[in-house]
Amino acid sequence: MSDLDAFRAEIRAWLEENCPAEMREPVRDEGDVCWGGRNFQFKNEAQKTWMERCAAKGYTVPDWPKPYGGAGMSPAEAKIWREELARIGARPPLSSFGIWMLGPALLKFGTEEQKVHYLNQIARGEIRWCQGYSEPGSGSDLVSLQTFGEDKGDHWVVNGQKIWTSYADKADWIFCLVRTDKTNKYQGISFLLFDMTTPGVTTKPIKLISGNSPFCETFFDNVVVPKNQIVGELNRGWDVAKYLLGHEREMISGAGGGDRLNAIGAVVARNGLEDPILRADLAMFDVDALAYACMGEKFLDEAKVGRAHPAQPNMMKYAGTELNKRRHELLMSAGGATALEWESERTNGGSPSRSWLRTKANSIEGGTSEVMLNVVAKRILELPGA
Amino acid sequence: MPLYHTEDQAMLAETVTGFMADEGGIKKQLRHYRDINCQDGFGHALWKQFAEMGLTGMLAAEADGGLAMGHVEAGIVLREIGRNLTPSPFLTTSVMGVTALSGGSDELRGRWLPGVLSGGSVLAVAVDEGPKHRPERIACKAEKAGNGFRLQGRKAFVVQGASADAIIVAARTSGSDTDNDGITLFAVPKDAAGVTHENLRLVDSAMASNVTFDNVELDGDCVIGEVDGGRELLNKVIRAGRIGAAAELTGVGQGAFDITTAYLKTRKQFGQLIGEFQALQHRAAHLYSELEIAEAAVIKAQQLLDGNSEKADLMVSVAKAKAAKACNLSVREGVQMHGGVGMTDEYDIGLYMKRDRSLAEFMGDQYYHAERVAQLSGY
Repeated sequence: MSDLDAFRAEIRAWLEENCPAEMREPVRDEGDVCWGGRNFQFKNEAQKTWMERCAAKGYTVPDWPKPYGGAGMSPAEAKIWREELARIGARPPLSSFGIWMLGPALLKFGTEEQKVHYLNQIARGEIRWCQGYSEPGSGSDLVSLQTFGEDKGDHWVVNGQKIWTSYADKADWIFCLVRTDKTNKYQGISFLLFDMTTPGVTTKPIKLISGNSPFCETFFDNVVVPKNQIVGELNRGWDVAKYLLGHEREMISGAGGGDRLNAIGAVVARNGLEDPILRADLAMFDVDALAYACMGEKFLDEAKVGRAHPAQPNMMKYAGTELNKRRHELLMSAGGATALEWESERTNGGSPSRSWLRTKANSIEGGTSEVMLNVVAKRILELPGA
Repeated sequence: MPLYHTEDQAMLAETVTGFMADEGGIKKQLRHYRDINCQDGFGHALWKQFAEMGLTGMLAAEADGGLAMGHVEAGIVLREIGRNLTPSPFLTTSVMGVTALSGGSDELRGRWLPGVLSGGSVLAVAVDEGPKHRPERIACKAEKAGNGFRLQGRKAFVVQGASADAIIVAARTSGSDTDNDGITLFAVPKDAAGVTHENLRLVDSAMASNVTFDNVELDGDCVIGEVDGGRELLNKVIRAGRIGAAAELTGVGQGAFDITTAYLKTRKQFGQLIGEFQALQHRAAHLYSELEIAEAAVIKAQQLLDGNSEKADLMVSVAKAKAAKACNLSVREGVQMHGGVGMTDEYDIGLYMKRDRSLAEFMGDQYYHAERVAQLSGY
């Protein structure tokens, strides 16, 4: 038995013993996702147990180093971990922007002290993070952001407004892009971390076409941020932001796995599938979805060993989000009038239609499809003047 | 197993890529043999060179003198064949033919493999009987006659059939046309009496034959594997053909993409390079994305096939369908982005468009394979 086979056997045995049966059911809606954080209400005991058992072994962030709360798995081991989770249909023990976005940025740009402090909190699900990037006047053109941090010696005083701040009303801390030099566009932004309970921070949920409010407007009114809460160098926050955006795009692309990579024809057909043209569209979708799942696997394999093109997450994000939108268009068509129900119990409060509407943001948030295509054209294809 | 090439595979790819760029290029092979109206549809000299490199027998067992490699390695060769549009009997001979022979007796392999390994002979595979790929339906009959069989029927779209030294024929030895069982594979020698070819040039300059078998007497030694039990082996041969064609399609798609993006960087209109126009940039970037995804599906299916996974069949159909869709997009965008010169025979992009059509049809098009994905998924 090779080392990896032994490792797989070990993981399999551990999961058998420690993954509660309730956590081996597919995630049905937002309420089934374990986000962690100071104010997080676990849906049930199993969700709490599952997160805590994983955190104790470093399995919430399997490939992070052990001193930072991870399990120190190699790329091959982390792949086995994902495969074994998928084999028993286990839910992710913990999902968070801390894991997907801030964590990788801290691992690359954080001080040792920051890594030990923040990463362990993330790994244990203690602190829930949100991301302060977009502003009302700075969407695709993010670098034009205006939120300003005035230097006051041992701290900054931050004033401004962010928008589309996902779950800002539920988050404990924010990682935030703040202008610290008004004379330099790219090299005048710093990457700051601060507590959402700091005086002067307010949030206001934005009601979306889905009727839900996953995004907020976030206002900063003379918010005091100590100087040790900067990641990377002063005025070089754009480097951190770009690096982190790569991880965000990777996350939105669904490359890490999850529902959006699945074929849907078989699920739809369970409720009957009488329309041959819809069936044909579903089959063509399934071809694309199953192929994209391979791309997700390939991309992760290559990224882990540094073989992926640095701009490849942009391609993944583009393809994955366009696919997910198509997926929900088909699910709506397949669901017929039932899928139109907005509040009924049998649709779990309009889950099909609300999910369908939610997916329309996929190709806007974290960089629009058009921006992704621009980046691919410029950085991968090296087309002129792009 | 990670979804990229191992070191050995990467070395093979480097060797093959360099060799094919030197020897397999469009001018030297495709245009040359087309323009001299070669009825074989490929060049024997290059086939000999393939043999010298060990490529013709790369899937054959070591005991048979082969390299005992898998579909990932064969796919590396096919991708370069695709990129260069090289006319070659590699897919039908070294991938499908050798896969068929691997299910045959020592004697049968001893009869046909040495010629394949030396580059002296080529094989063709005869499965379909009409214009569309329908291997579920096999009407071509082989009836018992003495110690052997008598073959009667027609096969269509037998690529390089007329120049093949042996044709691997899937025939019905019992049951009715659509039965799963009752199939037997035969290796029918070129010179067997009663075999006639309608040798046709296809749109991509390849030669394919509609073959008629009129009471062809075959001795029992021509049977590959079991009488009546050939469906499983046939499926194996077909899967090898499908994933091979998919790999070749990714090469065709990539080749077309490369010359098209190069054109975008040189052609000027309105005083600027046309590659500066966002309308074209976005289409090129979308195409890149589709080609990358197709390539991922192909390598996944190759690995699953090499690992004898039960998921391989589904993923092979996914790969063939996706590769066909992506490659088709690549050649259509290629011709359009070339503008008027894309319509001329002088530019290569049109040749890619023709090859795409042929390969997409071979062993089932995107519609056939999407249907198969639906069926295998249970709907």
